[in-house]
Amino acid sequence: MKIRTRAIAGAALLSLVPLIGQAQTLRIGLAEDPDMLDPTMARTFVGRIVFSALCDKLIDVDEKLNIVPQLATSYTWAPDGKALTMKLRSDVTFHDGEKFDAAAVKFNIERHKTLQGSNRSGELRPVTSVDVIDPTTVRLNLNAPFSPLLAALADRAGMMVSPKAAQNNANFAAAPVCSGPFKFVERVAQDRIVFEKYANYWNKDAIHFNRVVYTPIPDATVRLANLRSGQLDFIERVATSDVAKLATEPRFKISKITEVGYQGITINLGKSDKAQANPLGKDNRVREAFELSLDRQGIVQVAMDGEAVAGNQWVPPSSSFYTKSNPVPKRDVAKAKALLQQAGIPNPSFTLMTPTTSDAQKIAQVVQAMAKEAGFDVKIQSTEFATSLNLADKGDFDAYVLAWSGRADPDGNVYSFLACKQPLNYSGYCKPEVDALLNEARSKQNVADRLKAYEQVNKFAQTDNPILYLYHRNWLWAYNAKLTGVREVPDGLPRLTGLKMN
Amino acid sequence: MFAFFLRRLVTLVPTLVFVSMLIFGLQQLLPGDPAQILAGEDQNPELIAQLREKMNLDKPIPVQYGYWMAGVLQGDLGESARTGQPVLELIMEKLPVTVQLAFMSMLVALIISLPSGIISAVKRDTLIDHGARVFALSGISMPNFWLGIMLILLFSVELGWLPASGYISPFEDLGANLAAMVMPAFVLGNGIAAVLMRHTRSSMLQVLATDYVRTARAKGLRERVVVVKHALRNALTPVITLGALELGTLLSGAVLTEQVFTIPGFGKLIIDAVFNRDYAVVQGVVLITATTYIMLNLLADMAYFVFNPRLRH
Repeated sequence: MKIRTRAIAGAALLSLVPLIGQAQTLRIGLAEDPDMLDPTMARTFVGRIVFSALCDKLIDVDEKLNIVPQLATSYTWAPDGKALTMKLRSDVTFHDGEKFDAAAVKFNIERHKTLQGSNRSGELRPVTSVDVIDPTTVRLNLNAPFSPLLAALADRAGMMVSPKAAQNNANFAAAPVCSGPFKFVERVAQDRIVFEKYANYWNKDAIHFNRVVYTPIPDATVRLANLRSGQLDFIERVATSDVAKLATEPRFKISKITEVGYQGITINLGKSDKAQANPLGKDNRVREAFELSLDRQGIVQVAMDGEAVAGNQWVPPSSSFYTKSNPVPKRDVAKAKALLQQAGIPNPSFTLMTPTTSDAQKIAQVVQAMAKEAGFDVKIQSTEFATSLNLADKGDFDAYVLAWSGRADPDGNVYSFLACKQPLNYSGYCKPEVDALLNEARSKQNVADRLKAYEQVNKFAQTDNPILYLYHRNWLWAYNAKLTGVREVPDGLPRLTGLKMN
Repeated sequence: MFAFFLRRLVTLVPTLVFVSMLIFGLQQLLPGDPAQILAGEDQNPELIAQLREKMNLDKPIPVQYGYWMAGVLQGDLGESARTGQPVLELIMEKLPVTVQLAFMSMLVALIISLPSGIISAVKRDTLIDHGARVFALSGISMPNFWLGIMLILLFSVELGWLPASGYISPFEDLGANLAAMVMPAFVLGNGIAAVLMRHTRSSMLQVLATDYVRTARAKGLRERVVVVKHALRNALTPVITLGALELGTLLSGAVLTEQVFTIPGFGKLIIDAVFNRDYAVVQGVVLITATTYIMLNLLADMAYFVFNPRLRH
């Protein structure tokens, strides 16, 4: 009897061993529910977080935003900058067992460019054709030199899906097939997305989880409560107000990564007739006074609990594309008042449109109070996001608190905003000299050459102030302290490769 | 009785047609452009134009309505512009969750409100009555959002007894399902219990003061029989009406409670759809909830017949 009990107990213990040995499930809490799980159609930031487990890209970016290999082992630009040749890995298969090769790259780039409703067509516009040179070599031909292409290929435009699955499945997003470390299992909208480890992944030794489950929990307090109760291992976008308390709890770790994007105020200079009807849009001295009335560090403290880096350009001060000769200006109320006197408008009044997110609201209130000291009368107009976007597009605003999630390449943070008639140019700014400089920066591959062009764009932006850049937020992640191998890449996307629960 | 219900069923059709027009019309008043929202951050103009065409936004509004209605009559509610999932599939996915939550909340509400309402009326102006009324008042006054977070902090974070949020299908694991649903059902039920309790009490007080109750007592019936068999049946009519309305509200989704407990029900579906200008989803969900609401009212009418014999003549 005794022996039997022991035997059963022993067997039970033994049966537990493989369970312990098997790395478990990684449970991640997201701030929103992603949109379509198809790299061609996807448009949300949160979707990119999920893709980083599901779909490998041709290339990736590292902690310093350098381009590093992923599915492509190396790349070379043609001397005239009008072709990009990439060498591909030969040991990669898609989750359906199909082989990844140059033909698959050609298929994917063409799909991104031509599929109806594609969100990638704009990013790949300069690419005119794709040549398969041999199974592991592919060449992208461009109509003009375009260095930001690399950053696009390090994001969704470089994600490769299985051509067979994409051709056979009309609703590809419902069951996506890529070549990343994890393959799709199921998705229940607004509830969960489940992936499991792909056994034939080319870098499978660096993957230490068998499953990953993403749960969208929009409320930051509830997301954190789930981490604290042990239901989640990792959460993204922790509320700034929770950071101080969380930092004192040894069970958890926090990562703070300065984003590639920015928070700023877009000013209507020429988007509509409304621009000229307002002193802020009409006179650049008034804009300069407005900028001088603001204390960016103070805004960061109040709106973000200090969890951001004050900035005055479209890239953060730590970026290699930051113009160092134009540092963040100090607040100077006296000078602001003098400028307003000079312009003959000591008490300019304008409306500041702001989306209803809590940080945007806080910014508006702090800005209102600070600018008042210099004589400004700022009226706050809180507007739901979709509506505010529509008003901005019509030019029906004076100034607009607008955040940009950012791109790894500076071009993505500036071109569409400052070049004439571009879709995100809500300020209506248009100077042929600036367009020429922005195009020059696009055509050069060398950082120093590009920086030179951006420094000159900066001079114009400094004088004309179409956008007042305020700060660069920190991506805030909180996770179980036993989790190691967390890589803090400024694009804000957690990488699962190398991640391990000890 | 049969003719009455037949009449009611027939009037259902024009009501629903009117509701569908109302939903469609009101939605046109929403500012913001769905194609713009769908086009993502980059706002590529070619993509926006493509999306407009795909979603028929470039056509006149009556034509758009016609397209939608033609689909609805064939059982096709369109597809979510955001995730590409068919709207009917999304609704069928969320419906069981919302229905379960609604009925569990109603159960909680009834378990609290009926006994406390009756006792409160019978023991009018005693300590028990005052106690029950204070409880009811606090139930109405506590915001669901706050109560939910407090419960999570107590039962999930501090005590670790219940999961903080999420949903598991009862067919997968009934125990886990109930564990996940008990807090949200309590939060929702608690608020409704307060309303129902007050109505039960006042309705009972009215009935208890009527002649036939005095007669019943004079006959020497036991108090329990007088209260439960004679008074309660009549007193329930307004409570049923209110209960049905509340149930209808529950079935249209409880936005805040679902948000706090991350329960994938109707409330979350519709709020996300409105913010993303996902018209097909908004229309589909509102149409289905409107139908449910109307059907529940019809059922409430039927319940009067069962509880109140006078209506049968």
